[in-house]
Amino acid sequence: MSEASPLLAVVDLSIEFRTRGGTVRALEKVAFDIGRGETVALVGESGSGKSVTAYAALGLLDPAARVTSGRIVFGGIDLLTAGERALEEMRGREVSLISQNPRGALNPIRPVGKQLADVLLRHANVPRVEAPQRAVEMLAKVGIPDPARRAAAYPFELSGGMCQRVTIALALACSPALLIADEPTTGLDVTTQAVVMDLLAELAAASHMATILITHDLALAGEYADRIVVMHAGHVVESATAGELFIRPRHPYTAKLIAATPKPGTQLADLAAIPGNLPDVTRADLPTCRYSARCERHSKTCDAPLPLVAIGPSHMVACWQPL
Amino acid sequence: MTEPILEIRSLTRRFPVKRAGQRPWRRAKMSWLHAVDGVAFAISPGETVGLVGESGCGKSTLVRLVTRLIDPSSGNIAFAGNEIGEIPARRFARTPQRAAIQMVFQDAGESLNPRFTAARSIADPLLRLSRLRGSALAERVREAASLAGLPDELLGRFPHQLSGGQKARVGIARAIGVEPQLMILDEPTAALDVSVQVVILQLLERLKRRLGMSYLFVSHDLNVVRLLCDRVLVMYLGKIVESGPVGTVFGSPAHPYTKALVAAIPSLDQRGVKRLRLSGEPRSPIDPDPGTCKFYGRCPKGQSNCAAVMPELRPLEGGRSVACHYPEIAAAEATREAPTVNSSLLPFQIRHPAS
Repeated sequence: MSEASPLLAVVDLSIEFRTRGGTVRALEKVAFDIGRGETVALVGESGSGKSVTAYAALGLLDPAARVTSGRIVFGGIDLLTAGERALEEMRGREVSLISQNPRGALNPIRPVGKQLADVLLRHANVPRVEAPQRAVEMLAKVGIPDPARRAAAYPFELSGGMCQRVTIALALACSPALLIADEPTTGLDVTTQAVVMDLLAELAAASHMATILITHDLALAGEYADRIVVMHAGHVVESATAGELFIRPRHPYTAKLIAATPKPGTQLADLAAIPGNLPDVTRADLPTCRYSARCERHSKTCDAPLPLVAIGPSHMVACWQPL
Repeated sequence: MTEPILEIRSLTRRFPVKRAGQRPWRRAKMSWLHAVDGVAFAISPGETVGLVGESGCGKSTLVRLVTRLIDPSSGNIAFAGNEIGEIPARRFARTPQRAAIQMVFQDAGESLNPRFTAARSIADPLLRLSRLRGSALAERVREAASLAGLPDELLGRFPHQLSGGQKARVGIARAIGVEPQLMILDEPTAALDVSVQVVILQLLERLKRRLGMSYLFVSHDLNVVRLLCDRVLVMYLGKIVESGPVGTVFGSPAHPYTKALVAAIPSLDQRGVKRLRLSGEPRSPIDPDPGTCKFYGRCPKGQSNCAAVMPELRPLEGGRSVACHYPEIAAAEATREAPTVNSSLLPFQIRHPAS
């Protein structure tokens, strides 16, 4: 990263959830940063802590969550210690979110144009008389055909792909500097997924917006992200540019994840499952490397505390015995 | 030629829908939603056939017709030589074929009764469809569970105590318990992580060989379809637009829709490459014009006769069929002329190209 200061820096972030089943240590010393205009993908299996990281950045954590260490620095302020008023000013305007379920993110009993106008009125200081017109322009920008008519539509009248375009329009209404896209295409068809992802990439490039793309689909991350951060059980295990990660993964988990992903030209027998499961993160005696129980390369050296070390320009890995 | 296990001919299912904007006190004039529109295909014993297409294309309706959960509007469904399309869906639950056609549902968690243990879930179809009871039943449940790779100690657990992969195994064990000949797999791995997906796909492949089943595999993940299937059917708005061996269809798609579908698969070596993208929305499935290609309007190749003559599924070389006037095929195959249309007949009379 040649940029002097990153747009968003996550520093040693640890988050616990107190549950009836014990304390879940969801994140431990998670660290990564994003430069202006950069697209970073957070990938990992479910339960790896991808979404918790993103929601922490928005200050939208569950009340059961407790941040035990770390900072999330955005534009010079620490979002974790900022007050609710400051966060409210920032959310939607500086940082916005596209959530997994577009229909669930929209108000079912309000026309989509009105919902867009609401955002513009609240966050963008758009005059009341101009808001409806601006809303229609936003819908046109995300490629909705016949936007003037669609602005009057309720979410149930639109297809899944259309709803997702509306939530993209909502998220981008105030030209945020950072967009968090949490599995933006789950539930969409492949053809629609491609169109929505192309649109996101195009709009991000046009306004120099940074994007955190949360996904479990390595291929999707590889196609659209500049850099990929691989998470496993609340740890960042590897982070590298998309090109390098796939050609030369250094963490055994990344390598296994790539080997398990179906690709054109592979046979079913070529694919290898990842042995074992995610460790039980409520245990008090978790090993320092949370992958060690599943790892073939595990040995005594792995028991020492594990730093995320740079092993190349913009390539970091958390492993004592990298590949 | 071996006799196909399942043979479907001109299968159609329409659903009545009220026309928009009609006055409620008038006698309703019905419109028809053509969910499945003249579909024909066959599955041979031991074969895995993939069914792909976007949501709303009629995949689920087709699956529900084949599993005989709903009745067709017209057409034939022959299973192992017997016509089962005529049996009303209500009565089908008590015919011997019920056990022979089983289904694995999309979301393993949602399709298990939360108040049933794994063993009880697996036993459920056996209790309804077989005479096994008592220790013989328990033995069969254990056998099915072990085939599906579910350890005995998990059989007493409830769905919320099982992981996603274990729930998927319960769903599979439940389906194979009654020894089906045809299994319908509706996106069996959509809810699973890649690492677990591999295990389940390999399990399905092993089970098919071991138990001699045929699969109809419904999925929107073309990379998975490519791994598991011998042949693939591409469906668009109620019609099959292309079918053939998986390698050929995905390797050199002939129908423009298949082409777009293949181009949409995210892939690592396609960064920054501008690829074919579909614009617009699918046409309405309600009262479609029988003379207009279903893909017309979204198709990058659309010509005037695509709006005048519905392309029929016609065979190409290599066991492949395509329903398009302008298929993309190798020069050797492209001997057939695209049909022309006599414009004086339009728009009321449609002449189908001789095939």
